[in-house]
This record gives sequence, structure tokens and C-alpha cells, in this order.
Amino acid sequence: MIDRERWLQVFTHAVLILGVLIVAFPIYVTFVASTQALRDIMQVPMPMLPGGHLLENYLQAITGGATSAGNSPVGIMLFNSMVMALGITFGKITISMLAAFAIVYFRFPWRMLFFWMIFITLMLPVEVRILPTYKVVSDLGMLDTYAGLTIPLIASATATFLFRQFFLTIPAELFDAARIDGAGPFSFFKDILFPLSRTNIAALFVILFIFGWNQYLWPLLITTQENMYTILIGINRMLTVGDDQAEWQIIMATTMLAMIPPVFVVVVMQRLFVKGLIETEK
Amino acid sequence: MEKRAVFSHQVLPYLLLAPQIVVTLVFFIWPAFQALLQSVRQEDPFGLRVKWVGLDNFLFIFRNPDYFDSLMVTAIFSISVALLSLVVALYLAVQADRVIRLATGYKTLLIWPYAVAPAVAGVLWLFLFNPTLGIFAYLLSRFGYEWNHLLNGGEALLLVIIAASWKQISYNFLFFLAGLQAIPKSLIEASAMDGAGRVRRFWFIVFPLLSPITFFLIVVNIVYAFFDTFGIIHQVTAGGPAKATEILVYKVFYDGFVALDLGGSAAQSVVLMMIVIVLTVFQFRYIEKKVQY
Repeated sequence: MIDRERWLQVFTHAVLILGVLIVAFPIYVTFVASTQALRDIMQVPMPMLPGGHLLENYLQAITGGATSAGNSPVGIMLFNSMVMALGITFGKITISMLAAFAIVYFRFPWRMLFFWMIFITLMLPVEVRILPTYKVVSDLGMLDTYAGLTIPLIASATATFLFRQFFLTIPAELFDAARIDGAGPFSFFKDILFPLSRTNIAALFVILFIFGWNQYLWPLLITTQENMYTILIGINRMLTVGDDQAEWQIIMATTMLAMIPPVFVVVVMQRLFVKGLIETEK
Repeated sequence: MEKRAVFSHQVLPYLLLAPQIVVTLVFFIWPAFQALLQSVRQEDPFGLRVKWVGLDNFLFIFRNPDYFDSLMVTAIFSISVALLSLVVALYLAVQADRVIRLATGYKTLLIWPYAVAPAVAGVLWLFLFNPTLGIFAYLLSRFGYEWNHLLNGGEALLLVIIAASWKQISYNFLFFLAGLQAIPKSLIEASAMDGAGRVRRFWFIVFPLLSPITFFLIVVNIVYAFFDTFGIIHQVTAGGPAKATEILVYKVFYDGFVALDLGGSAAQSVVLMMIVIVLTVFQFRYIEKKVQY
């Protein structure tokens, strides 16, 4: 055994604790600010311990939002973010699984052409085709709709590859056995592939939920009505106050609310998260 | 390709592929094609006249000092973010690899910022450095330094670099830790017996063994800094002051949506597409290496 000196252990823990503190400090300050009255935040320096306005601020945010942002309630935005995140997650998983099933378990003309077509989406993030994609969505009348928030983002090369790789590891004997027992494509998918894929689906769920929840550029482009804003767009509108005073206590409460769902998913499903993160990068 | 028994259906596979392919064609390939087309045309903002201009849009953006500035900002921004977040993450991962007790606890506490949206990370740091009420701005002023990123371009750039790096540490940490844990302990112990000190062991044994992961992370971090940080820029500085933080992605958005320069924005999109293609190819070449390794 090496590296077991006492001082080194102490030093190691000290560095890690410092790291944890640096990582957590911005969130702590945000939390503290979300429990204060605006008046207390405005005195410099602001208090570093939580105040007594937690319930008041969060209720105000959820039901009434910030005055500067037209009082649109954050509750609706949370709902929109949830619809977008879950829509993208389930959409991606469903269509990718079906596509991988077709590519691995069928032989048909142009199979590889389709495979490469899906591959190309990796190289075309929204950021490089902003305007034309906006135009397509607008021509299809999908601006300010849930369909517009989700469908254009659900094509997924990564998820398709992941399922393809996984299907290829399933022994051919299992397929043969299922065929002998008279299983057609549907029952094979439902009774064998789907149950075997459960862990992969769960791991993908964690990664894709975070991806969907954290989308920013896309909802910024296609939502113009306040009742369609996602929570991240809502925060942006609250910050854009011009000469007025930004209502920091509400902005900070909304920021906390925007962080809770994805952070919760990562912390609770940590093992699946790590698995998903490492596998989607393969 | 692999040999295996398959179902023999004529139509079913196309039906199964249809949803993915339709979405890909309508929302990915068609718009990308439109961007290509638009980049060789000039259109007035009302869409009344269109004319073919060849490579003029590209010549225009490359000759434009604004574009060059944006390129420089992007370079400084992405290199700083990649360096800062990789160094901090590697240092923390090396420490975490040494810990036996509490190892999972530290890991949990270090990885969750991955879940924080870039746009939210921006707000957190914006608040800390707010010139009138931010706690860091206050501390700096106690030391006689007046922080104001709304006026000072360098400070604005530093602020978005900090916010973007802070968010990326957790991702790099996770991959470095996995890489460190995969290094056989016998190698380290053998070099310790040969008399190599802690620092030498790191630089001559551990670091070279980590190099495939480091290389992979450099590519991922550059992709992140190029594209995923749009939310941070938009939220914290909106490209300002005086375009000091206008990275390429923000410029495409701004020129297309706010300044309505369609041809120029499309030409910029095409350049970005080339960059993504190069980076993706890099990433995939690395993956092939990892399989042998």
C-alpha cells in the first residue's frame, strides 16, 4: 500500500471539501437569496444565512411570477418544461428503439443509407441550422405549440446507436428460440427486446431528461406567448428589465425551481446516470 | 456487417424506421440543405428578391473584421473553458481516487452541476458578480477593484468563462475518475517500489495512461464551449459589451434573428457545420483507438 501517510489523507480531504464548496457555493447563495426580501438582498453585502421569506417568494413565483415579466406564473412554465423534457425523452427513446430494431433485425434495400442518414443528425445540432429550422416549424404552424417544442428535437443518432449496439449483443440463439416458439416481430419486440432493454432505457431516460429540460435556444426561438414559455425562458424574461429593478428574490426562487427536477433525477438515479453518460459517449 | 438470422418482411422495417427518418428529413436534413442554399444567395429581408451570389457571402464574412473578432473570442473562450475545467476536474479526480472512505459522497456532491442548465449556470454567476449587489463584486471592491462586466469586455469574458467551466467540471471529473480507477494498481505500486515519488508517478505513469480520455475530453469540451454555451452568453452578457463575448453561435443567432442578415447568417451556419463535422470525425477516430487500447 502506498499513499497512506496521515498528512496526505488530511490534505486530500481538504482539497475535496474545498472542491465541493466551490461547486456548491453559487447554489447556496441562490438559495439564500430566494429566501430573502428584495430589500435585504439589496443591502450590500447581502445576508449569508437564509431569511424568512421562503414560502412567500416561491408561492409568488409559482402563482404570480415577476412583475417585470408580465406576472406570468412560473407554475405554467414548470409544466411546459416538464412536457418538453418528457416529450423529448420518450420521443427519442421510442423512435430510436424502433429504428434500431428495424436496422438490426431486418434486411431490406437501402438499409445502410437510412443508417447513415440518422448518423448525419449528429453533425447538425440546432445551433448550426437555426433559421431554416425555425422557418420549417413556422411553415408547419408549430410555433407556440408543444409539438413544436418537442418533435423537431426527437431524432437521435446517439440513442439509435446505443440500442443498435445493445441489440447486437443479444445472442442469436434467443432470436432462434423465439422464432421456433412462433414469435413474430411484434411479440419478439414486446416480450424479449423490450424487457432486456430496461436498464438501457432507464439510463437513457436520465440523460435525455436532463437534455430536454435544459434546452434553451430552441424554446427561445419558437415560443412567443408567455403561456408557452419554458422556465429557462421565463428566467431570461425576468432578467430583461431595462431600467426597472430586477426582482431578484423571485428570479432566484425561479432559478431554484428550474434546477430542482434535473438535479433530483441525477442524484436519485446516480448509477443509471453514470452508466448513461458513459454509454452515450461510446 | 454481422451475420444473423432476421425477420423477412417487406414493408414492416420501413414503417419502423419511418418516424425517425421523417423527423430527420424534415427538421435536420432539409433545413441544413436550405442553409447551404441560402449561403450562396442574397435575399432582401422581406424575401421579395433572391439572387445567386456564389461564394460572396463567405468572402464577405471572412473579410469582415467583426467575424474575425468573433472567431478570436470563440477561440479564447473555448480554450480557456476546456483548460480550466479539465485541470480542476483532473486535480479533484486524482484526490477522489485516493480516498477510500466517503468516496461516493464526494462523487455525488461533485457531479450534480451536470444537471444544471447552461442558462441557469449563467444566472448563478451573474448574481454573484452583479456590480451593485453581487457578493463577489462586493469582495473585490473591498480590495479596491471595481468589477463591472457591463462595461468591461475582459471582465465579461472572464465571467462567462467561469460560469461555463463551473458547469463542465462535473462531467470531466466523472470521466477522469473512471479513467483513474481503470489504471491497474500494480503499475503504480511497481513504480513506487522503483523509487518514483508522487509527482513523478503522476507524470510518467498515470498521465500518459489517461491520455486517450484526456484527448476525448478536449474534443467534448470544445464542442461544449462552441455550441452548448449559447444559454450562458445569452443570459449573462448577450454578446456584449461591444461584442466582447460574441462567440460564433451567438453571432449566427444575432445576425439571423435580430439583424436579419439571412445570407450572412446562413454562410456562418455552413462554417459552423464544417466545424462540427471536423470535431465529430476527430471524436470517432478516437473511439476506434479506444477499442484497441
